[in-house]
Order: sequence, then structure tokens, then C-alpha cells
Amino acid sequence: MANPDHMHLIYIILAAAVATFITRIGGYVMMTQMKRIPPRMEAALNAVPAAVLSTLVAPAFVYGGWDVAASMAVAFVVGLRFNSLWMLFAGWVVVMALRHFAGF
Amino acid sequence: MSKDEFWQGVRRGFPIMLAASPFGALFGALAIDNGFTIFDAVFMSVTVYAGASQMVGIELFNHNVQPWLIILSIFAVNFRHILYSASLTRYISHFTPLQKALAFFLLTDPQYAESEKKGEAGETVSFSWYLGFGAIIYLPWQAMTLIGAIFGQMIGDPKAIGLDVLLPIYFMGLVLGFRKRDHWLPVVAVSSIVSVAAMHFVGSPWHVSIGAIAGVALAACMPLRNPPEEPVTLEHEV
Repeated sequence: MANPDHMHLIYIILAAAVATFITRIGGYVMMTQMKRIPPRMEAALNAVPAAVLSTLVAPAFVYGGWDVAASMAVAFVVGLRFNSLWMLFAGWVVVMALRHFAGF
Repeated sequence: MSKDEFWQGVRRGFPIMLAASPFGALFGALAIDNGFTIFDAVFMSVTVYAGASQMVGIELFNHNVQPWLIILSIFAVNFRHILYSASLTRYISHFTPLQKALAFFLLTDPQYAESEKKGEAGETVSFSWYLGFGAIIYLPWQAMTLIGAIFGQMIGDPKAIGLDVLLPIYFMGLVLGFRKRDHWLPVVAVSSIVSVAAMHFVGSPWHVSIGAIAGVALAACMPLRNPPEEPVTLEHEV
């Protein structure tokens, strides 16, 4: 708890909590002040989740090995029809099967 | 406070709590796998209370990504809540300021969806009902995080039980969940390609910032479209 690295993480979590609360109260504040977000900024912010998340998905697919790639490919197909719990389950089954039976 | 209303809220929130529980446990286990202590994991669930953004946070932290990008990403993943609170304002104008602050702290996707439904049907969204609904999701979320984290600490090699594929797949599910947004495909394509190239030529953790900035810059430069009619929600998200 006392080491500086760990306090660094606690501060990040607290900042994340503040950022999240701002999003949760932000609409109320805007409604009472009647302000609008500049449209370009809204378009940019709207793109942030897909952009950041893609950088976490694509490299794992390309550099994660054949077992991870196969598991992600199957999960992707499942995800087109079913919710993310099924995606997780399908991907997990594939990777476990490959690792324990196909020797990956 | 009305006891009746409170328990009605609890009953309404119960099935949602069941659906969210696996994600709470998953967050706890993966947080440990990403270098968090049990305390950190529960501390994050208690203070942030937004599952998808919590997952993003632990992954970015493990990649040693710069703190500003971690916070911006969490902010952006949660950005949709601004639309929720704007829309909810008219139904909770009778709350006291303190009740409002607590209500917004608890404002998850299902909390919004059910309150909006109730308000739209002409029913009063009472603070008791709102609190009951929120409590039955908030408290088990903490318990499931703790259970997942304890479980995560018992696992020696996360790869042996396939835990390592779960975060990329979870994030892929989130990416798919945003697919109705403007310019989704070009943003995803550009961020993916640029991040893969950046990982090769520059290395981790820079691939995250470089890939993300490429996608966001593209979205900011593309022609603006009309805003979507309704907020894009994530089905299961706490």
C-alpha cells in the first residue's frame, strides 16, 4: 500500500471515478445550463471507445498466436448473433480445446 | 422513503443483477491478472462502478499506458451517460440535491433504461424505487468483484485455464456493440491497422495511443452526420 507505484494506481482509479461521475452528472448540468457540445468534438469523443478498443483487439489477434487468433475469430462470429457472455464462452472453449488437445 | 417502493425497485433490479454478476467476477479475476491487488479491484468497483470502462482501465494500466490516456479512455467509454443524465433530468427534478448526486453516481445503463421506461409511462420515479433498483445492482457488483479477485489470486498460470483470451474477446464484444455509431467501420479499420503497425515499429504501449489517435482524428475530419435518435447503450453493462 505504501509504495509510490501503488499510490500512483490509487490516484488513477480516483481520477477514473471522477471522470465517470462527470459523465453521469454531465447531462443534467448541461440541461440546466442549456449548453451544447461542439459537434466536431462530439464526433471525436464518440469515436474514442471504438478507436481505443480496436487497439486492444487487433494486436492481440495478430501477435497473440494461432490459438488466440482462432478463439477470437470464433468469438467474433458468435458476437454477430449473440451477446458477449456467449462470445466469451465460445472463445474460451476454442482456446482451451486447442491448448489441451491440439498441443498449442 | 417508502419501503414498498424500495422493494419494488429491488425486485425490478434483481434479474439485471444476475446478468451483471459474471462480469463483476470476471473483472475481479482479470484485475488481479493485470497486476491489481484485491483491494485495488474492489476499490475500483466501489468508486467507478462502470464495468466496461473498468475492464479498459485494467488492460491499459497493465500495458503501462500513460495515465492521461487511461482516464480519457474511461471517460470516453462512459461518455454515453451524459445522454442518460440529460434525459433523466425531467423525471427526477423532485429529488433533493443530495439524492440527485447519489442518483447520478448510480446511473448505469439498466438504471437509465428502467427509470426512463417508468417515467415515460407516466409513473413517478421515486427516490426509494431508484435507490432499491440501484442498491440491488451496486452491492452485489462489489461482492462479485471480491469473489472474482480472490479466485484470480488462486490461479497460478492464467493461460492454462484460458483467462488470457477473455479480455480481447470482451473488448471485441464492446467494439461490436458500438457498430451503429457514425463512421464505425473506418474508425475501427484505421485504429486496428495503425495499432498493429505501431506495435511492430514502435512497440507497446505506444500502439494504443497511436492507433487510438489515428481513429479519432479520422472521425473528427469526416463529414458530420445527424446525431443518432437514441443513445447507443451497451446491453449488459453495469
